[in-house]
Amino acid sequence: MPLRFSAALKRGSIYGALIGLALFYLGPLIVMLMTSFKGPMDLRTGQLISLPQELVLDAWRIAWTEACTGVECTGVKGYFFNSVGLVIPAVAITTFVGAINGYALSFFRFRGSELFFGCLLFGCFVPFQAILIPMAQTLGFLGLAQSLGGLIFVHCVYGIAFTTMFFRNYFQSVPMNLIQAARIDGAGFSRIFLRIILPLSVPMIVVSVIWQFTQVWNDFLFGVVFAGKDNQPVTVALNNMVNTSTGIKQYNVDMAGAVIAALPTLLIYVLAGRFFVKGLMAGAVKG
Amino acid sequence: MNSEALSASLPRRPASKSSKPFQWDGLLPKLVLAPSMIVTVVFVYGFLIWTAVLSFTKSRLLPNYTFAGLDSYVRLFENERWLLALENLGVFCGLFVPISIGLGLFMAILLDQKIRAEGFLRTIFLYPMALSFIVTGTAWKWILNPGVGLEKFVRDLGFEHFRFDWLVNPDFVIYTLVIAAVWQSSGFMMAMFLAGLRGIDDSIVKAASVDGAGAWKLYTRIIIPSLKPVFFSGLMILTHLAIKSFDLVMALTGGGPGYSSDLPATFMYTFTFSRNRMAMGSASAMIMLMGVMAILVPYLYSELRRKKHAP
Repeated sequence: MPLRFSAALKRGSIYGALIGLALFYLGPLIVMLMTSFKGPMDLRTGQLISLPQELVLDAWRIAWTEACTGVECTGVKGYFFNSVGLVIPAVAITTFVGAINGYALSFFRFRGSELFFGCLLFGCFVPFQAILIPMAQTLGFLGLAQSLGGLIFVHCVYGIAFTTMFFRNYFQSVPMNLIQAARIDGAGFSRIFLRIILPLSVPMIVVSVIWQFTQVWNDFLFGVVFAGKDNQPVTVALNNMVNTSTGIKQYNVDMAGAVIAALPTLLIYVLAGRFFVKGLMAGAVKG
Repeated sequence: MNSEALSASLPRRPASKSSKPFQWDGLLPKLVLAPSMIVTVVFVYGFLIWTAVLSFTKSRLLPNYTFAGLDSYVRLFENERWLLALENLGVFCGLFVPISIGLGLFMAILLDQKIRAEGFLRTIFLYPMALSFIVTGTAWKWILNPGVGLEKFVRDLGFEHFRFDWLVNPDFVIYTLVIAAVWQSSGFMMAMFLAGLRGIDDSIVKAASVDGAGAWKLYTRIIIPSLKPVFFSGLMILTHLAIKSFDLVMALTGGGPGYSSDLPATFMYTFTFSRNRMAMGSASAMIMLMGVMAILVPYLYSELRRKKHAP
């Protein structure tokens, strides 16, 4: 009997600790959500941790269309779509280039191909501060400064190291015989890629798309340095909105804006968490 | 990345030695790789050299290629704000890295006790990794704001002298960065440790329990020591993350109050793009690069050695 009691106590304290930790991790999200639904009255009288007295959607509307992000007061809507327009091409290009690079590096080794891969990998670790100034100069020179195209370009340049690494490592498990057999059947480089490799890579394509989507959507540094005023991604706009000092601080609007900026990546995480974690483990070199 | 994943990413012999590289289509793979190769050479290595060159010049708003020797490095290390940024990085790293590793290990061990709803809890612990640091910063900025957040909450509960003003206190503001960064990244360490725990050979653990080792001994003597590679990769990844920390500082404190929570990354940004001190900004970026190399080179070296000596 005493043994069973102590076992129950042990189980209880394990669950207690886990629930406590879960509250710590969920807390900020809950606070953000609750605050975003509060009206101005509620905000003044209410608590950090209190349910809204009545559900008010004003903060969401203001954050989306009216809030000031610096001098302009047009909400985060436009910037949200900037991010969408940035993410789609950047993710598509880096995933495609990564897949075909990984394919060439895995099955068509040539003198120096491993060295090339090693050099490419180093690109995953470079602190971007060490390339910011030359990139700003170069984009200006190319006429791409402060343009969405320039920002897409930057994300592609520094994204392919990761996607190439993803696909190359993934292809290590594909038997060489498969490629040889296809070759004997008369298939060439591009045919093997399209008919055999691409269908095999679907899980890795999902991982790569999710990883790149999260990286590009959440990026702030490239956005703040290279995007200019009109092409800012939503992260930069959110930061500007929160730090705009004109008028009364509307925390409910800030929180609604933060949730809007977080929604796409959160949704992906909830819907495809398994792939997200896979990418995280494979791509964590970037830190 | 766990150590297996990283070693898998290091150069490797061809999968089967008998298969000669195909002679046909010999040019096509090289053509496919050529753009990436050019991009890497120019935009990674070329740009690093370019930044290094700029750090030895007198550049201010625009590049100015008058050689100035180590001038900007001397100025950098005479600059109080830079020295504070370095000190802050030291404090930040010294707390953020061990706390994230410790908390991650603790959560992984708890989750490894045949827990109901393990998947659900794991999802909760890890979701901050999907958020932008800007979102994290915005949320914590509000929670830590003394006037409206946690301090007011506790005071309204009746503890009227409760003080929690770290966010606006120059001496303590760096710890708010630690709180938010641990919140965001410890779930990731949990995932890595959990993968490590699940990879431990069951028979060793069983043999030890048969020999009468208690749970505490089992963990401290056998299980935790066998997770050494995870500790090592965690240390590297988190330190790397800390050196690059930029978004979180910008969103949570903006480097303030004053410049009391500046880190090297925010220093570099401010001096280059707001203060037009390009040479000094480049010099600070080169120091950051050296910091990353200092943790990266031994890590990659040990990974390579481990592979060579592996059976």
